[in-house]
Amino acid sequence: MVNEPMATLIVLASLTLAGALAAMWLRNLVHCALALAVSLAGLAAVYLQLDAQFVGFAQLLVYVGAVAILIVFAILLTRGSEPHPQPILSSTWLVGAGVAVAVFAVFAWGILSSKAVKQEAAPAPATTVAQLGNQLMTHYILPLEVLGLLLTSALIGAVLIAMQERRPR
Amino acid sequence: MTSLQAYLLLSALLFAIGLAGALARRNAIIVLIGIELMLNAANLNFIAFWRFGPNPEALTGVLFAIFSIGIAAAEAAVGLALVISIYRHQKTTDLGQVDSLKG
Repeated sequence: MVNEPMATLIVLASLTLAGALAAMWLRNLVHCALALAVSLAGLAAVYLQLDAQFVGFAQLLVYVGAVAILIVFAILLTRGSEPHPQPILSSTWLVGAGVAVAVFAVFAWGILSSKAVKQEAAPAPATTVAQLGNQLMTHYILPLEVLGLLLTSALIGAVLIAMQERRPR
Repeated sequence: MTSLQAYLLLSALLFAIGLAGALARRNAIIVLIGIELMLNAANLNFIAFWRFGPNPEALTGVLFAIFSIGIAAAEAAVGLALVISIYRHQKTTDLGQVDSLKG
């Protein structure tokens, strides 16, 4: 008999993993982007279940809202939604799948054999958004400013890279 | 199996799926989607260890995950701009055909 949080986790985990598998498996690129959105929304629900409300909603806003839309734009701009007859897997896909399975095997062995991860959950910490904001504005002010600078430069860089180059006469 | 192990196993599975997609697919956009999945698996680890760790009042894991989400957004924007730029020059997003630097 599984307890209630574990049952919720199983439902959310199967949603997340099914979305991720579909995003990597499907042929149509638009379907892949939508499956990615489903997977990221499932992960946001997992964050909510872990009492990290702010991260859950930030995940919804940034990933499901912005990154998924960005990927759909890129697919449409590169005409990836049109069907094409080439194979979708690269010629060395067997090596790639083998590496992924090996990495998962090592992770699973480490997780299941380690004594450090045996503890059960402590009672939920009462984190409020006000606390997070206080921390961001006091202790983490320098990383916050650096992140703002990084996002600005990434935005300008992305526009410059994707801008139509002027033809030399 | 404790709950922390369940979350870590979910994260490991997500990472492995993203890695398999990034290594095995031909399309550059799908490779970027795989990289996003791997980044999200790392974020799930941060949140899980914060929740089950000895000192959840410190908020370190949550703040690290927030910064990580911001950096992943910047990475996605630049990566997709690169894909669009490659498509404009080579008329393809197939990574097997973008080989003009191959010796």
